[in-house]
Formats: sequence, C-alpha cells, structure tokens
Amino acid sequence: MQTSDAAIVTDRLRVRRGRRDVIRGVSLSIPRGQVVGLLGPSGCGKTTLMRSVVGTQRIASGTVTVLGRPAGSTALRRRVGYVSQAPSVYDDLTVRGNLAYFRRVLAAPAADVDRVIEATDLGEHARDLVAHLSGGQRSRVSLAAALLGSPELLVLDEPTVGLDPLLRVELWDMFSSLAAAGTSLLVSSHVMDEASRCERLLLMRDGDVLADATPADLYAQTGTDNAEDAFLALIRHSPRHSASGNGATSENGERR
Amino acid sequence: MNPRRTLATAGRVLAQVRHDPRTVGLLVIVPSLLIGLVAWIFDDTEVFSQIGPAMLALFPFIVMFLVASITTLRERRTGTLERLLSMPLGKGDFILGYTLAFGLLAIVQSALAVGFATWVCGLTIDGSLWLLLAVALVDAVLGTTLGLLASAFANTEFQVVQFMPALVFPQILLGGIFLPRDQLPQVLRVISDWLPLSHAIDALNAVARDTHDAPWVGGQLLIIAGFAVGSIVVGSVTLRRRTP
Repeated sequence: MQTSDAAIVTDRLRVRRGRRDVIRGVSLSIPRGQVVGLLGPSGCGKTTLMRSVVGTQRIASGTVTVLGRPAGSTALRRRVGYVSQAPSVYDDLTVRGNLAYFRRVLAAPAADVDRVIEATDLGEHARDLVAHLSGGQRSRVSLAAALLGSPELLVLDEPTVGLDPLLRVELWDMFSSLAAAGTSLLVSSHVMDEASRCERLLLMRDGDVLADATPADLYAQTGTDNAEDAFLALIRHSPRHSASGNGATSENGERR
Repeated sequence: MNPRRTLATAGRVLAQVRHDPRTVGLLVIVPSLLIGLVAWIFDDTEVFSQIGPAMLALFPFIVMFLVASITTLRERRTGTLERLLSMPLGKGDFILGYTLAFGLLAIVQSALAVGFATWVCGLTIDGSLWLLLAVALVDAVLGTTLGLLASAFANTEFQVVQFMPALVFPQILLGGIFLPRDQLPQVLRVISDWLPLSHAIDALNAVARDTHDAPWVGGQLLIIAGFAVGSIVVGSVTLRRRTP
C-alpha cells in the first residue's frame, strides 16, 4: 500500500454500533495535500468514518493508517486537527480564552492564536464569551482551534453549516490554499454544491463508500455534470440498493 | 502527564468559574450560610458545639461533589473532552487540572467556613485552627475527586445528581453525626470505617475537642487523601479516548 504518500489509508474498516454496522468494510486511500470531500446524506457514516480517522471511534475490525501511523497514536495527536459537527469549545470562556488554552495543550507557538483568529475572521469577537456568539461564529471558533499548531491533516465535520455564503466561499478558499501549502484535508458536507470545491470526492451511503474519484472522473463515469446527479446515478446502479428495490430503508439517525 | 498541560487545564477551569459569578457564590458562601443556619437552629442548646465540627466536613464535601461532577459531565457532553483527548493532553492532566482548580477554590471555601463557624457562630475549637482547616480542605478535595469519578458513570445531569443520594448520603448517615459511630450496630460500624467521610468527621471532632494529637489527625488525613488519590486513579482509567 502506498502509505508514505497517502494521508489516510483504511483497510476493511468496520464499525458497529449496537447490532448495526455503521461502516461496512471500507477500504480507501486518500492522497496527501488535497481537499477531499466526504459527501453523503445525514446518517450515512460520515462522522463515524471521521472519528475513526481521528482515533476517537472504537472500531470493530480493519485498520486505519493516518500519515503512516495507526490512527489515534500519540505521535499523531499534534499532527491531526479535528472539528466535530457540534462546536466543541467552552461557552464560558472568551474566544481568545478558548484558543489560548488549546494552544497551550498543543504546545503551539504563541503567535498562533492571532493567526487562527484572523484566518477565521473572528477578530472583532476575540474578547466575547463564546456563549454570546451565534451558531456560525461558534463553529468558526471550533475551526480556529483545529488550525492551531498547523496540523498536517485536518478532519472537518461539516465546517460550513449555517455560515454566511460569503464566509463559506472564503473558508473554501482557505482550505484550497492550505492544501496548496501541503496540508491534507478531509471535509464532510451534505451540501452537494460544495463538491466542486474538492479535488477528490468520496460519496458515502449507508456505511459504504459508493465512489472515490476526482469530480471530473465521477461526472464522466456517471454521465452527469454535478455531484447530486452523480450520487443519484450511483445509488441506482449500486447492486445492494437496486436489488432491494428500496434503498431508503436504512436512513438511521446520525450520532449526536 | 505534563505539568504545563495540567496547570493550563487548572487555569482554564478557574477562568471558566470566574466568568460564572453564581457558581462562585454557591461555592464560597453557601457552606458558611448553612453552618450559620445550623448554629441558629440549636442556638440555646449544646448541640452545635457537638455537631458543628462535622458540619465543616459535610457542606464543603457536598458542594464540591456536585460542582465537580456536573462541570466534568458537561465537558463530556459538549465534545470538549473528545477534542482534548484527540490532542496531546494526558488523562491525568485533565483530572489533576480539575482537582487543582477546585482544590484552590476549596481552600477559600474551607477558610471561610472555618472562620465563620468559629468567629461568628461561636464554635469553640480546643485544638489547632490550622489543623482544622487542613482537614476541611482535604475533605473538600475528596468531594471534588469523588464528583469527578461519579461523572464518569453518568450520561446525563439527572443521573449525576442521583449519585448524590447514592454516594454521599450513606456517608453522612453513617459518619457519626446522627449517632456516634461507636454506638452504631456492629456491621454498620465496620462499614462506616471504610467510608472516607467518617474519617474526616472523626478528625474534625478530634481537633475541635483536642482529644488526639497531631500525628493521629495526620493519619486520618492520609486515609482521606488515599481515597482521593484512589478516585483520581479510577477516574482517569474511566476516561476513554475511544468511545463507541
């Protein structure tokens, strides 16, 4: 396997929750230095796959290798930044207070706090308590915390939900420039139009990865011109879903 | 574990508390108020001089238990614990950071409670006031660590509040406040020997009446500290980096 130039390699990864397989034997290899989009409906296993990569998910079988090491190993904790879907920051601290604490935990340079505040456009709120911020601002604080210490891999679970369209564009620009500078990004979204901003797409449904390709290849392969239609075409041609004749039966709830 | 990260965590917890004046009020003032209330109830009797020292063990213990268990539970539920455990923070850094922060608050709280009980409520302390303060402090730290431990076994705020009657009330009932421990039925007396709060109350009574020397009180303190260390260890084992 090409572990050295892959950011993430999973080999027959299976995750069970209760009696249900939420990840059904996924094998993939995600290259370094790209923005990889993880797309799929709510409940398809995106969050579980991302938590497996970060090393906070208990897995049933298979392996996950991140930056050449087993996912979750101590050496990776400084090299991987993770933003969970719900903003995981302290409501009763200021924006700067939150970032200053996470910076000290990561032993990142002191100047990083100002850098990530600027990158996420939080300058005018730096002294505000997080409890007083809007939902979108809070998720930006959470994103800012993940940027501390300039990790080599960023795992971002729906980082642009509820954001102003202009800010969304700016964040995607930032993801692209981070990737251009060598950072690997795995970004989940259920907004299909964000697919065009990714260099590579993973389409997930019901614990399986239906497609792993560049947007151009995906569109060519399915004879479509956007991710939404490509996704539909793939579901219709997927043996498991077309055989059952009712692919919508397993729309189970997502974590959180 | 790493002292810098432990201290960063303690500093962060204290900064959170500072932004929450109501919690500070609860932590620092409530035990003194309750001790004052008990003194007032038994104004014309000798009862307060008998149970007053035990009150110094009780209220800091309960308040610290509640505050510590709920704040750490909140940390589990908002995802900040998951974030921290995906970072280079040790589990010990997390728990010791909390213990340190609440330990500092416990010093303020115990000092105030001891001062209020002796100078305002007229509790007579025959032994050393410093020793009394030391016992009250270790006792408040014990409440903190038991609270941290309880939060590991609770999934909701409702459950964690239910741990109060389950873990704390039996210790109060058997601690010698209602009936001196040597008059308890044999089985209950043996059980009470194994409860940390009993040793805290024994130690406070010993200091208040100057019935035992400092090394004996120190021995009791060691027993309480042993329980605190035990719950820190078990608590950090129950923190899991990988969750289902």
